Amino acid sequence: MAKTIMTADDSASIRQLVRMALTEAGYQVVEAVDGLDAFNKFAAAPANMLITDLNMPNLNGIELIQKVRGLPSGKFIPIVLLTTESDGTKKEAGKLAGASGWIVKPFNKDQLLAVVKKLLG
Amino acid sequence: MDGVDRHLETFRQEADELLGEIEAVILLIEENPDDDDAINRLFRAVHTLKGSGGMFGLTDIANFSHGLESVLDKVRGKQLAVSHELIDLTLAYRDQVGVMLHVGEGDVAVDVALVEDIKRRLKALCPTPERIEPPPPSQPARPVSSDGPGITYRIRFAPQPVLFGTGTDPALLLRELRELGECSVTAHFDEVPALELADPEDCHLAWDIVLTTAAGLDAIRDVFVFVEDISKIDIADISSDIVLDPDAPQPRLGDILLQRGDLATADLHAPLSQQSRLGELLVDSGTLSSAKVSSALSEQQAVAKQQVAAKNDSVRVPSDKLDALINLLGELVTNQARLSQIARNTGDMVLAAPVEEADRLTDELRDIVLNIRMMPIGTTFSRFKRLVRDLSGELDKQIELVTEGAETELDKTVIDRLGDPLVHLIRNSIDHGIEHPDERTRAGKPAKGTIRLTAAHKGACVVISIIDDGWGLDTAAILKKAKDKGLVAADADLSEKEIFSLIFLPGFSTATTVTDVSGRGVGMDVVKREIDSLRGTIDIHSERGVGTRIDLSLPLTLAIIEGLLVHVAEDRYVIPLSAIEECLELTHDRFATSGGRNVIQVRGVPVPLVRLRDVFSLPDPRPSLEQAVVVNVGDLRVGLAVDEVIGNHQTVIKSLGKLYRKADCISGATIMGDGNVALILDLAGIIRSARSDESVVIARNAQARRSIMA
Repeated sequence: MAKTIMTADDSASIRQLVRMALTEAGYQVVEAVDGLDAFNKFAAAPANMLITDLNMPNLNGIELIQKVRGLPSGKFIPIVLLTTESDGTKKEAGKLAGASGWIVKPFNKDQLLAVVKKLLG
Repeated sequence: MDGVDRHLETFRQEADELLGEIEAVILLIEENPDDDDAINRLFRAVHTLKGSGGMFGLTDIANFSHGLESVLDKVRGKQLAVSHELIDLTLAYRDQVGVMLHVGEGDVAVDVALVEDIKRRLKALCPTPERIEPPPPSQPARPVSSDGPGITYRIRFAPQPVLFGTGTDPALLLRELRELGECSVTAHFDEVPALELADPEDCHLAWDIVLTTAAGLDAIRDVFVFVEDISKIDIADISSDIVLDPDAPQPRLGDILLQRGDLATADLHAPLSQQSRLGELLVDSGTLSSAKVSSALSEQQAVAKQQVAAKNDSVRVPSDKLDALINLLGELVTNQARLSQIARNTGDMVLAAPVEEADRLTDELRDIVLNIRMMPIGTTFSRFKRLVRDLSGELDKQIELVTEGAETELDKTVIDRLGDPLVHLIRNSIDHGIEHPDERTRAGKPAKGTIRLTAAHKGACVVISIIDDGWGLDTAAILKKAKDKGLVAADADLSEKEIFSLIFLPGFSTATTVTDVSGRGVGMDVVKREIDSLRGTIDIHSERGVGTRIDLSLPLTLAIIEGLLVHVAEDRYVIPLSAIEECLELTHDRFATSGGRNVIQVRGVPVPLVRLRDVFSLPDPRPSLEQAVVVNVGDLRVGLAVDEVIGNHQTVIKSLGKLYRKADCISGATIMGDGNVALILDLAGIIRSARSDESVVIARNAQARRSIMA
């Protein structure tokens, strides 16, 4: 069965890009429009991996990661933070909250798939 | 519409919405500059424009947005107040982005000068100069195929236990490494705790990876990019050493492990017999082709063929089974001796022939069984290399250990018990014997000292020598120390040999400072005692400034000794044959008394005479013609006066119980063919007690003898 990846982003275009890239690579994609939406959807139906934006309304990326890690079904899944900040402090905060890795925007399809493959197999 | 265009269209729609949002929110902020929620919304919108703009190739929007985002970030962080200028600029930004989004549609064109002006004014709003964000590091697709042999790296990856909690599966990282090139992975389980202590959510594994890749160091680092802060990752280029010096010998697996600090020298030797893995490692690392390794291995195998064959045929037996066999053999030998004696006594020719045959077979059986327990002493020698290496480092000395005769075989028991005394002697050599490099250079010696550890057969014994080229023993210092400690009389006049032997006295130590190395409160007397208990002897040769040589003579086996049976009064004693030089009759002309001691002439050389009758306080009268057995104990010749020499006697030693530990002159007992007990003499002890000349010792010896014989 195809693995499910949730993409949480308030930007529809980013969600679309992620969805198309991952669907093409054979994954199932669930979209969430902000942090709270992502958490509710994840709690109801856990995904195999979560790709989340950092700046989102309702729950930001860091808060979402913390909450998902608090769920038994989210404890060990790979979580990737999308970030434009390249200064490292946000990566740091993300790692601290439990992110497995990060992708720096702008990214292309290959880079996205490389990270997904690295963390999800 | 292809994929990219579709994304771009989605982005345009989204961006238009965001621009609407920006316009609405900025007006809210103008009304209420403290509306945090509005400021956050504005920031997020600009942030998304920046991020998504970059994603879809609209870098001018991304760059433009970045300038505003930086300012808004400061406003969000209360570092900057909302100003009219900011609101003006934000609105101007919004308009220009709107233009940028629709470039190419109709006659819309970007006013580059205006955009630059807005950027500049935004920058001016920042109290601190804004660092230009470097272009995001490009992540080029990794080279999938490696051209050429590439470089070999040793990667050690030891994640912290929290690894799984970050959603990282290390197996995937290893798989990623495998995709980079030829890769061999070894997992380390050392840190895995016992099951009941283990938290299954923790990662306790570590990995060593040898990877040959043309992808470069950065590609390897990329694999670990998400885990580098929670892992210990060492990446070392190990191919350069090999490639640069083609003449150098290939590194041995052991050397590699030593270099990594994973293994101590001493620990190397046990697994060295299974050395074929070295080849595998070299193949995996790409240093050698498997063909070359196979060829080298086959050569190695050819050389070691006999050994290998022997090894393959060997059977491991627990040593207690062997001990039981030896014990039984001892009983058999004793019984055989008894049988032979009976056969001789009866004079029955019909009985004599089969008994003689049984005698021969017993001898043969004894030799074979004893040989089973023989082990090469090399196993003991090997552990000293580490000792010497560590201690010389600790003491800042340069010392090389040279071993010879590692193949010499000794009884396993002897080898096992020899370890500690040898450690002590070698420690002494390192600590007190070998000088510091500068002292050695001053003395005209090579800076690096040498300790030679040798083993060789000498008659029925094995002689193990520890030879160093250091200071040599300081006889004056030893003598002074012994006198200070009251170990010898203040006016004693001792030969060099006698002075050397003082260091074996309990309570003697020449070291003025107690070092960690040799000063462990264990003196040479302990060494002496252990060697004595092995029925061995210690002999010291030393020359000041040249070096010291300590010889340990040890019997091949402890289980059975060849002895000479002698007779004093009503008792029988066994003298170990290995120590005997000759037997002679004590005719009158042999006696020569000197200094109140009994001395006899043996081939023109005066030799002290000890009467066993005196040692054990046996009743007189002495026979008119006594016999003497001349024994050699550690270069000291002594004549033992006995009533009669009976003949050779092969005997199984029964050790004395703990009660008789203080019986200095007796090392064991044996049961004779006729059922009587004979005592085995401890020659070193006899000489000691004869020297000390104390009636107390003699009384104790007599007591011991009486209680054993009773």
